[in-house]
Amino acid sequence: MKKQFVLKSFIADNLVAVIFLAITIASIPLSGLSPVHIIDDLMTRIGRNAFLVFSLILPIMAGMGINFGMVLGAMAGQIGLIFAMDWGIGGMQGLGFAALLGLPVSILLGWIAGSILNHARGREMVTSYILGFFFNGIYQFVVLYLFGSVIPLHNRAIALSRGFGVRNTLNLEPVRQVLDNAWLVKIAGVRLPMLSYAIIVVLCVFIVWFKKTKLGQDMRAVGQNQHVSNAAGIPVEKTRILSIVISTVLACFGQIIFLQNMGNMNTYNAHDQTGFFAAAAILVGGASLTKASIPNVFAGVLLLHLMYIVVPMAGQNLFGSANIGEYFRQFIGYGVIALSLVIHAWRSRREAEKARALLRSEGEEA
Amino acid sequence: MNTTDMHKRIKEAAADFGWPRIIIALFLAVLFILAPFVKVSIASSLSDIINRFGMNALLVLAMVPMIQSGCGLNFGLSLGVIAGLLGSTMAVQFGLTGWAGLFGAIALSTPFAVVLGWLYAKLLNRVKGEEMTIAMYVGFAAVMFMSIMWLILPYSSTNMVWGYEGKGLRTTITLDGYWNRQLSDFLAVRLSDNFVFPTGLILFVAASCAVMWLFLRSKTGTAMTAVGSNPDFARASGIDINKMRTTSVVMSTVFGAVGILLYQQSFGFIQLYTAPLYMAFPAVAAILIGGASINKASIVQVVVGTILFQGILTMTPSVINSLLQTDMSEVIRIVLSNGMILYALTRKSKVTR
Repeated sequence: MKKQFVLKSFIADNLVAVIFLAITIASIPLSGLSPVHIIDDLMTRIGRNAFLVFSLILPIMAGMGINFGMVLGAMAGQIGLIFAMDWGIGGMQGLGFAALLGLPVSILLGWIAGSILNHARGREMVTSYILGFFFNGIYQFVVLYLFGSVIPLHNRAIALSRGFGVRNTLNLEPVRQVLDNAWLVKIAGVRLPMLSYAIIVVLCVFIVWFKKTKLGQDMRAVGQNQHVSNAAGIPVEKTRILSIVISTVLACFGQIIFLQNMGNMNTYNAHDQTGFFAAAAILVGGASLTKASIPNVFAGVLLLHLMYIVVPMAGQNLFGSANIGEYFRQFIGYGVIALSLVIHAWRSRREAEKARALLRSEGEEA
Repeated sequence: MNTTDMHKRIKEAAADFGWPRIIIALFLAVLFILAPFVKVSIASSLSDIINRFGMNALLVLAMVPMIQSGCGLNFGLSLGVIAGLLGSTMAVQFGLTGWAGLFGAIALSTPFAVVLGWLYAKLLNRVKGEEMTIAMYVGFAAVMFMSIMWLILPYSSTNMVWGYEGKGLRTTITLDGYWNRQLSDFLAVRLSDNFVFPTGLILFVAASCAVMWLFLRSKTGTAMTAVGSNPDFARASGIDINKMRTTSVVMSTVFGAVGILLYQQSFGFIQLYTAPLYMAFPAVAAILIGGASINKASIVQVVVGTILFQGILTMTPSVINSLLQTDMSEVIRIVLSNGMILYALTRKSKVTR
């Protein structure tokens, strides 16, 4: 009896990952891609995307759910890159410059986002999503109208022909894959961008360390129960804001790493899908809205991107239309987020009922 | 003393109405004042606003039942839109034209809307408190799922499928020869060269608003509002909360379906694939601009909000464009609509204060 119960909750706990894995495994042979190609692509994508996904961990720990507002950080990173390209700073210096410039912008944006989210307790996720939309408007205003008119642009090559505003596609040639190629190891045709991995490892160490600091402990306490934390003298609002600030800063760095690998940037919509990808990845990896760990990130990035590599090809081979595969993987991505949210809501209700039942039975015994 | 009293009362009234709304209304007024100076015709602007009001009003009206029953803003409106798309594509497939086409499409989409809405309600009833985020992602997933369906469903009308492949629906399908502007041109009054009043469309919208108004005052409607404003009180008075919420979600989905049909007949095209992805957001923004909060909405707010929002969408491209020689309307639209949603989400609702 007891064992059956455990099995049931194991499947319930990992339902998303199980469904996901089944679809992906079925698609691998259908895609017709060689294992080397798949692994190579996967390794590149881990280096490119993992950093962004890490930015979601702290807000989850602080009980704010998934910070869809991480796109604010992505925008800050893009602004840093625009300046780096404008001033013609390439190579590692270019990336460092972009990160240094993005840092204050993302701190400011993160602080604004955190303060707004403090006014929307209980609906942080939907609010952070709309925050992303709202700041997308501000970002467009700055990049499309202020650059070149109020903020000087030196490099004519990145400006629109009308004289102000940044071109729709920004060529990142000077910083293209400098991080990936700085220390590239090739094993049996699989390229491993070791420096990108090293940075991710450093980030992991930082997160492990951070969780043990006073602030990290406070964050977890706030995530568990705001009232108790407040009574215990933890500055709840400030802690929540800090978790969002750190998340935004990490997203800023993550977006710079992501874009240096891509090599060019859609100035006005490179950040559109960032939150969606990161959220889908961490949820596929087994994170819930209250608990996320480093293994969740890696498992999620691996699974999500494995699917993103194989499903379009599988769709093309199966239905003779690449569009179907494209729509299908987006459907799965959105579906995974929806399903995880639903499962989380169900589970918290189930647990609340269990706790109530326990309370009742204890009362009867007494 | 009287003046300070007046002052206070005005201030309270303004706070009640909401500063964002006042700013938006003033902004629209300024745009209208500026219009003649930059040679933008007021008559054609007004005509545009009325047309676009009729085009969008039902999608905004669809927000009302769910807000009233405490389900929050219906970010999953795309489910209703999908039902409408199914209805209209089927009506075209069956070769229905004119009134038969429009009402055929409404009749064909209603069952889909009811079933989808019912399933959607079942889901939302199990995730109380997280409705809005989940609704958003359920809507997104449904739109993507239907994108696959548009490619593989056995549609065959030559007006709708890709010419060279003979299968798979096109991204936009023209309604010319079917029911393009069927309602808009019904009894339309030409008041001047560039002012045409779409009588039929406005009448239909007015009738729909009246239906909603009557419903909200019926026994079921009152019970629904009670569920939204105080669930515990509602349960104590013997109201089945889940049933009321289900009713509201189904209604919202049906209105969304009919809403997109009205939109199509004004616009002249059926837009498929990813077009419905973000359709809920302008509707949400409009009702919030009208003065609704996330748990209280009225028909007046729908009308005021749609007119204000569509007014700004109509006026900014023409006026701002002529003033600054650049098109800032997109940025203004994004900042304004999402700023309004943010304002509503961050405000403490009156019921829970």
